[in-house]
Amino acid sequence: MTDNNENLIEVTDLCKSFGDNHVLKNITTTIKKGEKVVVIGPSGSGKSTFLRCLNCMEDPTSGSIIFGGENIADPKVNINIHRQKMGMVFQHFNLFNNKTVIENIMMAPVYVGKKNLKKQKRDNLLKKLHLKKGEAVPVTTTPDEIKKQAKEKAIELLKRIGLEEKADAYPSSLSGGQKQRVAIVRSLAMDPDVILFDEPTSALDPEMVGEVLELMKELADQGMTMVVVTHEMGFAREVGTRIMFMDEGRFVEQATPEEFFSNPKSPRAVEFLSKVL
Amino acid sequence: MLDFDVKIAKFLEQFIDKGAYASVLEGLQNTMIIAVAGLVIGIFIGTVIAVVRVLPKYRLLPRLLDGICSLYVGLFRGTPIVVQLLVFYYVVLPLLGFNRVDSVSVAIIVFGMNSGAYISEIMRSGILSVDIGQMEGGRSVGMSYGATMIKIVIPQAIKNILPTLGNEFIALVKETSVVSFVGATDLYKAFRSIGSRTYEYMVPYLVMAVIYIVIVMVITVLIKLMERRLRKSDR
Ligand SMILES: Nc1ncnc2c1ncn2[C@@H]1O[C@H](COP(=O)(O)OP(=O)(O)O)[C@@H](O)[C@H]1O
Ligand SMILES: [Mg+2]
Repeated sequence: MTDNNENLIEVTDLCKSFGDNHVLKNITTTIKKGEKVVVIGPSGSGKSTFLRCLNCMEDPTSGSIIFGGENIADPKVNINIHRQKMGMVFQHFNLFNNKTVIENIMMAPVYVGKKNLKKQKRDNLLKKLHLKKGEAVPVTTTPDEIKKQAKEKAIELLKRIGLEEKADAYPSSLSGGQKQRVAIVRSLAMDPDVILFDEPTSALDPEMVGEVLELMKELADQGMTMVVVTHEMGFAREVGTRIMFMDEGRFVEQATPEEFFSNPKSPRAVEFLSKVL
Repeated sequence: MLDFDVKIAKFLEQFIDKGAYASVLEGLQNTMIIAVAGLVIGIFIGTVIAVVRVLPKYRLLPRLLDGICSLYVGLFRGTPIVVQLLVFYYVVLPLLGFNRVDSVSVAIIVFGMNSGAYISEIMRSGILSVDIGQMEGGRSVGMSYGATMIKIVIPQAIKNILPTLGNEFIALVKETSVVSFVGATDLYKAFRSIGSRTYEYMVPYLVMAVIYIVIVMVITVLIKLMERRLRKSDR
């Protein structure tokens, strides 16, 4: 179902510093549609920073990131629009604590839908007043309709993870594994082109790791493009299509999982694998 | 000699027969109106200032706004509220060309601006107490900084600071006892006028004190109830 030659994210000479701390050093890489890229490496090597630069959660210091036809590293680009197509799943879930489970999932679609509706109405008004060129586009939806659709979609997503009975619960009443699965479907609600995972299972009790990895595997099987920072080597081996090994702000080795795990090239990767395997 | 029966009789005569209860009720009403409206305005101003103060400060505009806000907070926290009330009523408004302004409205504005300065500090620590992940969660799904602030962060901040806001409200209620400086009828003015008609101040001021104590106790109970309700919604 995926066109495996299409470049989804093109990173060129990406650098990121925090003050004098040069965390990412001239990273150039391309993430193609349908790839499941697994980023591994020692703690503090810059994996999270790399992932967070991809959706500009951290502003890159220099370099370019082409996504959706634009260089999103450019501060002038409206990053919010691109983030809707670039889901992110955090180690600590970051569900909205003041919203119920279903509200968490509906939040972005309703927000974006209403925002677009307002913009459309404003544009139409300007066009009618001849302050803007073009024909007015008939408005086909209403705020209620947007909400209704978002709700249907949210229920569908909750059913998919078997948590529809938790729709009206608050995140604080969920287990870690349930929270993370809700966080994953929250990012799915916007039909993203890619999802970024930053150690999605690291904050979980061991018995809950499986259910989250299972869901991620499911997404992978359905063709979702994924960039995953993880210490779960089993997942990396089984699901990853490419391993990127990071050390001191550089990807020192990139290979298929078979190649990387059976025959690591760089001494640092050998050392790292001897510790984690 | 303390002749309580006589004093109480005199008070009751003024209070009931001569109709002074009406001005006491008016005073009570003004006190509550000024405190409630002041709190609402204060929460609004305080939230705006708090958001400005937690804004990332890379650009010039946020830094400029931050400077203005800290000046505002410094001014209002650095002077007594009576002074603010008098200056606003007798200096600022006339200079702006307003001469006959309803003193209750003036009190509402001054109390609102004053509590805005205090609430901004409370709100700022409330916002900072909300996990940074909440903002990141909102930004990651494509919501703007402002939208995430309003829909996600500030509601949680308000919940965190509710007890402190309650105290601020109680402080406001108590501070309204100075609004007669600009001619507004409040509890103090109502009871003082009862006293001045009989030259007996003991009972009127005692009753006034009791009324304030009761108001504060009622508010305290209401806040407790509200907190308990909110805590329930957590589970
Ligand atoms: N917000 C930040 N401010 C300052 N330094 C940071 C920040 N985030 C990360 N760093 C630094 O960047 C380096 C890499 O961190 P990180 O990307 O979190 O590593 P990893 O995810 O591989 O463990 C560390 O030295 C860390 O201290
Ligand atoms: Mg990390």
